[in-house]
Amino acid sequence: MSDQNDPMAEIRASFFIECEELMEALQDGLQELDDGSEDPETINVVFRAVHSIKGGAGAFGLEALVRFAHRYETVLDEVRNGSLHPDSEAMKLFFLAADHLSDLIRACRDETEINESTSDELLERLDALLGEEGGAEEIAPEEFEVQGLSLSLDLDLDLDTATGDDGGDEAESTALYTIRFKPEQELFATGNEPAMLLRNLCDLGEARVRCAFGDLPSLQDLAPETPYVEWIVELRTDAAEPEIRDIFEFVDGLCELEITGGTSPLPEPQAEAEAATEPALPEAAPPPPEPDPVATTDTGATILPMGPRDAAPEPAREGEGERKATPAAKSVVRVDLERIERLVNLVGELVINQAMLSQSLDEAGLSPHSDAMNGLEEFQRLTRDIQDSVMMIRAQPVKSLFQRMSRIVRESSAAVDKEVRLITEGEATEVDKTVIERLADPLTHMIRNAVDHGLEATERREEIGKSRAGTVTLTAAHRSGRVIIEVADDGAGINRKRVQEIAVTKGLIPADAQLSDGEIDNLLFLPGFSTAKQVSNLSGRGVGMDVVKTSIQSLGGRITINSEPGKGTTFSISLPLTLAVLDGMVVNVANETLVLPLNVVVETLSLGTDDVQMLRPGNYVVRWRGGFVPLYDLGVMLGYRSHRQTDPGSIVLLIVLEDGSRAALVIDGIQDQRQVVIKGLDDSFYRAPGIAAATILGDGQIALILDPADVISGMGHIRGTDLMLSERKIANE
Amino acid sequence: MSLKILAVDDSRTMRDMIRMALIPAGFDVHLAEDGVHGIEVLDGLAPDAIITDINMPRMDGFGFIDAVRDQEEHRATPILVLTTESAPELKMRAREAGATGWIVKPFDPAKLVKALQMVAG
Repeated sequence: MSDQNDPMAEIRASFFIECEELMEALQDGLQELDDGSEDPETINVVFRAVHSIKGGAGAFGLEALVRFAHRYETVLDEVRNGSLHPDSEAMKLFFLAADHLSDLIRACRDETEINESTSDELLERLDALLGEEGGAEEIAPEEFEVQGLSLSLDLDLDLDTATGDDGGDEAESTALYTIRFKPEQELFATGNEPAMLLRNLCDLGEARVRCAFGDLPSLQDLAPETPYVEWIVELRTDAAEPEIRDIFEFVDGLCELEITGGTSPLPEPQAEAEAATEPALPEAAPPPPEPDPVATTDTGATILPMGPRDAAPEPAREGEGERKATPAAKSVVRVDLERIERLVNLVGELVINQAMLSQSLDEAGLSPHSDAMNGLEEFQRLTRDIQDSVMMIRAQPVKSLFQRMSRIVRESSAAVDKEVRLITEGEATEVDKTVIERLADPLTHMIRNAVDHGLEATERREEIGKSRAGTVTLTAAHRSGRVIIEVADDGAGINRKRVQEIAVTKGLIPADAQLSDGEIDNLLFLPGFSTAKQVSNLSGRGVGMDVVKTSIQSLGGRITINSEPGKGTTFSISLPLTLAVLDGMVVNVANETLVLPLNVVVETLSLGTDDVQMLRPGNYVVRWRGGFVPLYDLGVMLGYRSHRQTDPGSIVLLIVLEDGSRAALVIDGIQDQRQVVIKGLDDSFYRAPGIAAATILGDGQIALILDPADVISGMGHIRGTDLMLSERKIANE
Repeated sequence: MSLKILAVDDSRTMRDMIRMALIPAGFDVHLAEDGVHGIEVLDGLAPDAIITDINMPRMDGFGFIDAVRDQEEHRATPILVLTTESAPELKMRAREAGATGWIVKPFDPAKLVKALQMVAG
């Protein structure tokens, strides 16, 4: 990534990263404009984003990108100066153009093929916007007033043309020019400096500089900021006249300038090209007075030695290097993700190591007030801080992910011809970078599903009195130590009857199965399930919700459905905040050591004689603070034992899930409360419901980490389906 | 004695390019990210020349040049404007704001160095 040897490659890489940021700003700005923002800064931001992309692309010779960005920018400029008011169609086009711009950036970055035809088509449509509304004004993209600065070429030469022998035979192309240069006040106001110009002239060849004081008034009449003098330079050079004029490019119009002589191919009034100087020119080119920036009030010698400018006063070094405190901008270091991964792994090892150390100190029977124990405590705190900081490095707001989704919504709604509005909430929610990357595919699929299957067709919506445009809401939030991402649509809701029918026809469930709503909804996650009556080109790509579910699970997450007929469907993804470390409660169940995330445990109880009540066989509740909470035996649920142990005195963990529901889990004992390093279970392991990952404890023992919500709710459903599946298999055989 | 340059551009890529073009040529380069930041960096810096972009957040190039020229000690500091357009109108506008000269993006390092040497020595 960072090729130290090739600064250009590095800058190029950083350009593409910057492009991503600019694209983000562009998308945001367009969205704000689309939402009716009147703030002029919004369009400025949009314009600048495209402008900067163009500028950078130009530096790297990315022509396709420059071409597109340039014309896109032209249209945006019309919007910026108020001569083009984009309607909703135009805004759509702007979004499309932004999408295409991002494609172009990617194509340039990866050096893949560029879709020129899309460029052309979009550009044509963009240009059409100009043609209709703003085309006539394209001559004047900026409001400005051209000041009447004329380049005066008056020929009242008061210079005595140098005469000399015609010894200009050293080099054929060498010619003698006479340059008359009279600065105007404006020249100084713009920070130009005659000394510099003259020195540049001298660099072209042999030069002789004279200063003419013709107009210099007496001292009492002298206005300090008015230039009075002019310079006459005799220059023997092999440079052509345009080259000489180039030197005066910046002061064009700010001075009187006459160039005569030379063998320039340009039509020249004076053809006395042979005119040459005396052979012995002074070594040092005779220069102008030392820069007094605003006025040339020097008197004295006509020919001055060209003094080096190095004598400039050394300024205070206070601002050495880049400012440390850059207020608005955050300074950023780019780091290879691999290095961070390594750091995360090391911190993980550190946590394990610390647990081992802590255990052996414990076993050594040290007093809790001993120095060693105090030190250990400090050590634990530091480890925790390091770990938090490392996690923060990897955390990123989900914004970029959401922006990608808004594109998916635009594309998919266009493909099925529905009007869809995407609302995003909680964009600033930070999630581990790896998680963000691995969420892109599942989310894309879910969004497509929502647009394709979730929302009704536009006409249908009107018939039933809903707004024409369907709404898809994408939310992210932190809730009880996890990240919740929801994709909600305001469509028809899951047609459960139909889902069940399909499941039966496809042989996924027995025809007479009695399923609850939740169970039916969960059928969507079965492999090979697709409800679309006809496979549209959108979501019917052979990737089903089962794949979504698997990818979420591989991130240690869960996905749940909540659907209400006629009102819409919400898919909720719940993910662990990090993939690396967890505050866990280490418990014993049936001689197994298990870890539960500490944040779900709200209380530990010990069962009393009358606390447990049976609702129906196999279903128990426990009395808790005047209410009842469903009671589960963890050992039974995980299949460690077949008989419930709810004897009085049993230990129960009261847990609260993200949806606010409570459950009580019977366990055999609590061992400890500590940080554990999450070690993902390889794909080669069977993904048992309720088991999220594993960890290594202080004594080197391996323990499974549970996902209680999955144990309680998810497991019931999946188990049920699994059972049905296996039953069906048996029936088929 | 190396020339001290203040370069103001909101694009990180451009700042990188400028730095890469100027540091090997022996310039002492200071960077700022927009006009407001530029004014802050300028405080106590006394650069030999300033390079500025035009389109920037918070304070654009025109505003920045104005603000620089308002400071007595920088009335004559050479200021080069970086512009993607070579349109004469933009040059004129930059000049009216008090810019010394301009560099059309994309620039090649040699061109930038030369332009700086032309205005600042």
